[in-house]
Amino acid sequence: MKINLQDLIFNVRNIKVGQEVLLTGSIYTARDAAHKRIMAILDNGGDLPVDLKNSAIYYCGPTPSKPGEIIGSCGPTTSSRMDVYTPRLLKEGVKVLIGKGSRSESVIESLKGNSALYLVATGGIGALISKTVKRSEILAFEDLGPEAIYKFEVENMPLIVATDSFGNNIFK
Amino acid sequence: MRKIESNIITDAVKILCAQTSYNLPDDVLKSINSSICHEESNRLARLILKQITENAAVAKEEQIPLCQDTGTANFFVKIGQEVYLEDGNIYDAINRGVSLGYKDNYLRKSIVSDPLERKNTKDNAPASIYIDIVPGDKIEIAFLPKGGGSENASALKMLIPLVGWDGVKDFVLSVINDKGRNACPPLIVGVGIGGDFASVGLLAKKALLREIGSKNKNEFYNQKEQELLFEIDKLNIGPMGMGGKTTALAVFINTKPTHIASLPVAVNVQCHSCRRKTITI
Repeated sequence: MKINLQDLIFNVRNIKVGQEVLLTGSIYTARDAAHKRIMAILDNGGDLPVDLKNSAIYYCGPTPSKPGEIIGSCGPTTSSRMDVYTPRLLKEGVKVLIGKGSRSESVIESLKGNSALYLVATGGIGALISKTVKRSEILAFEDLGPEAIYKFEVENMPLIVATDSFGNNIFK
Repeated sequence: MRKIESNIITDAVKILCAQTSYNLPDDVLKSINSSICHEESNRLARLILKQITENAAVAKEEQIPLCQDTGTANFFVKIGQEVYLEDGNIYDAINRGVSLGYKDNYLRKSIVSDPLERKNTKDNAPASIYIDIVPGDKIEIAFLPKGGGSENASALKMLIPLVGWDGVKDFVLSVINDKGRNACPPLIVGVGIGGDFASVGLLAKKALLREIGSKNKNEFYNQKEQELLFEIDKLNIGPMGMGGKTTALAVFINTKPTHIASLPVAVNVQCHSCRRKTITI
């Protein structure tokens, strides 16, 4: 099913586990180090470099883009390393998480409680996924290198619904 | 003595870094393709396996890294004892090649200088370099860039001898069942048995250099590899952990002598993006 991010969030109750989704819209990358910094900012009451309300976070640390290229290889990293931070981010308004692999019970409960979705991209196909990124810019934490926050404009990014907003989990 | 300039090694390593990142080995691709036929009834498993083959085609055609995790740079080097390395040492020569190879080819730099401080070294050096001295006047360099996700799913255990093969098998299956879903299956499973605490991990890692379809030279372990592969595929983990028959493409066992009190076992998990290449200088 082709869908843009706003429609996906608006229709979240109709999205079912196991469904294939071709996602179009703006997503933010963040992995271990960026999550840690976001938490520190939230704890200290500072201003976040991105607006988390109704946002999608993609666990990804791309290879650098070659000159003239939009982005390098950019598949998902293992989501479970972010589990400890995720309930807090969902509370802050994140609605879609994109990564790979299973999540903890507390993340699944939190997805249910916040009507949010966990989608998976296939790991190890970063070249193919890079073809769906139509624009890319570094938004924050550039000093973290591959762990910086990028904003990707994706078109028909191939994803699978791994946990729906009712807490149904494909990894069970 | 055969004299080899260290620059020759640096240049070879630099090229190796790029080529290995863009090209999925033929044996891996062949194995994925044959798995697609076994998954006729599982929609998502088939979808994922097809994506993996499409990705390999795009990566090769456009010289884009197969995976964004271009890995820890592992080198297994066999140096002929008749080789004399001019103007430098082998570790520096390889690390320079890694630094240039990863920077010039826009590969991801994934190494932090200290495990707790965690500052990126920005050139993916230092590499993990394992050297064996062998007869002859050649240098063989096997490169295995290894992603963090599958490495994190790996494990080591010191078993007691009385548990025997059943104990080894139970441990391997428990590692794959606990952590295999997050390691980008279908997997290649390297199993080290014997040696000691330090060497058993290296046995498992070196096992990953074997080609899929190759037979273990020891008939007993050849059968055990088939037995483990069969049991692993029965776990219904499947491609990317979402169910299916294709949980692993191969199991490779490496063994060595051990202490009368010990039965060390290591499981080194490799994702489907099994990038490796060997060159000889």
